[in-house]
Amino acid sequence: MNSRRVILTVRSNLVSRNDRTRIDKVNAELVTLTYGTIVAQLCQDYDSDYQEVNKQLDKMGYNIGMRLIEDFLAKSGVGRCANFRETADMVAKVGFKIFLNVAPTVTNWTSDNNQFSLIFEDNPLADFVELPDDGRAQDELWFSNILCGVLRGALEMVQMQIEAHFVSDVLRGDDTTEMRVSLVRYIEDEMPPEEE
Amino acid sequence: MCVSTKLHPRSALAVFSLIIINKAGGLIYQREFQAGLRKLSTNDYLVLAGTFHGVHAITRSITPKLPLQNTASPVASSPGTSAPTTSGFSYPNPGVPVSGLEYLETDKFRLTCFQTLTGTKFLLFTDPMTGSVETIVNKIYELYADYVMKNPFYQLEMPVRCEAFDRHLGAWLRGRT
Repeated sequence: MNSRRVILTVRSNLVSRNDRTRIDKVNAELVTLTYGTIVAQLCQDYDSDYQEVNKQLDKMGYNIGMRLIEDFLAKSGVGRCANFRETADMVAKVGFKIFLNVAPTVTNWTSDNNQFSLIFEDNPLADFVELPDDGRAQDELWFSNILCGVLRGALEMVQMQIEAHFVSDVLRGDDTTEMRVSLVRYIEDEMPPEEE
Repeated sequence: MCVSTKLHPRSALAVFSLIIINKAGGLIYQREFQAGLRKLSTNDYLVLAGTFHGVHAITRSITPKLPLQNTASPVASSPGTSAPTTSGFSYPNPGVPVSGLEYLETDKFRLTCFQTLTGTKFLLFTDPMTGSVETIVNKIYELYADYVMKNPFYQLEMPVRCEAFDRHLGAWLRGRT
């Protein structure tokens, strides 16, 4: 297990600036370390106010998602999903696969098909991470909260208002890492949203 | 619009100009690649973008519905279409959301409109004989996703002033021949 080296299929110009292939690769550990640094810096900046850190991560993700969706659409060439179940599969099997090279499991649907969970067996953002030992981080910080924001931003751009939050995280000692995603509404008008 | 390059040897490959319209109908990008169309003033381009945005919305809402032949199984209406499946009419292809105007052709030029799922519209003016316009538009969308959307200092929905986008767009179109 220790020798495992995930190479994220993150599209990036870091590796080959010229003549880039459709999907360039970047070392997963660089992403893990960069993200870890951001979270740690936020914890420092906000004096370990973890609610605020969660909020900031979500905002950052939202702004990423709004931009990333165009890359996803332009390069995957997929069309519009017919319903929210299809959207969930698209997010899990195509979106996460392309950008993080993981494919979370879609499960725990509500009967109205408006809420589901993503179970992450593998979370490259959290490799090597141990939450601070201050008695609060374990209960308050959602380390990978940026992913909730990314999803929210990306889906908002394709006319879906959603709410996403983590309900468990192996970093906190839970058995699984689970994100809960709920469809709030389909956005009918095409007014541009504001960046946060 | 008048065209003077009808007999230009490269006209069969000509891409005259590109316009990008944001989801609110605002002009965010306009560039001419090859002479051939009459030049418009900046203000006229803004008006053209706004007008096209409106016309596009109208064409989307007047997409004709066909009477249902029999009591076929009702298709779940997808977002964006909201076709009332209870009535005896349906879009020709109920699984696909209505798209509105896709192209407009005259003997002088062809206007292709590509609307992304996020609502941005790419308008490409080409010679009517230009082939594989779809490929060109898809490539432009990819370049836009890369050099505009991923530029952290580009503000969403605002006019595109990204030098790298201009450069890559120009180079790719030139290298296409």
